Amino acid sequence: MRALEPWVVDPLQAFLAESSARLALLMTSSGQVVAQHGFSRSLDVMTAAALGAGIVASTEELARLMGSARFEAVVHHGIGQSCMLAAFPTPRGRWIGLVVFGPETSVGIVQLFFNQMVQQLVAAAPREQAPPPMLAENFESELDASLKALFGR
Amino acid sequence: MNERDLLDRVTRVPGVRGVLLVDAADGLVVAEQLMDGVDGRAAAALAGSLVGRLTRTAQQAGHGRPSFVHLRAEAGSVLAAPGPDDLVLVAVIAPDANVGLARLEMIDAAGRLG
Repeated sequence: MRALEPWVVDPLQAFLAESSARLALLMTSSGQVVAQHGFSRSLDVMTAAALGAGIVASTEELARLMGSARFEAVVHHGIGQSCMLAAFPTPRGRWIGLVVFGPETSVGIVQLFFNQMVQQLVAAAPREQAPPPMLAENFESELDASLKALFGR
Repeated sequence: MNERDLLDRVTRVPGVRGVLLVDAADGLVVAEQLMDGVDGRAAAALAGSLVGRLTRTAQQAGHGRPSFVHLRAEAGSVLAAPGPDDLVLVAVIAPDANVGLARLEMIDAAGRLG
């Protein structure tokens, strides 16, 4: 498990232990990766983050068009494995969780412990405001540093 | 007899604090009648997982599916009666509840599911 911010580690580790999820990805609503577990290639995690953020944005717009509140979660059921996407507010802005799980657990268990993780993240988040996202002059080197932090190489 | 009638029968047993019909495969609530303070979503997810694991354990031991599960804790019990199609009837009961009557009603109700 890799995380860019250390206060994310404990809640995410507890979620992984309790839910038996296979893959987990925490990202901002713009698709910037905050933490990941189970992905072995940086290309996979960046692609999953971009697609997940896009799906959440699409479903939230769909909900708006239907005149309803935001969807709580989107679950894709599969035979071998399933996928849950859920957005949630944190003191650092709106984040998205992407969780892949198999038949060894259930969507009810994943949702239950995901909600507990969200509560722990909100409680653990530092209250000072994170710097706003922008493409800085050293964007490429910062991206490289983030990927090294997430994948340990 | 519909699902509400089945839940009503179990809920009427003295000491029963709530009854849920759970899809054990997904751990989600199908129907529920709960007193305040009982978290139905958590009970459904955890009871569904428990029954699923106990079913696999019993089957690995060559005993087939469990017909009834009684989990006794300090401040009460959780009862579960598996039915057809991965449905499980779950009851949350107080320590002084009439467990015998609750068990009879749940097994009868689970047999009428599906």
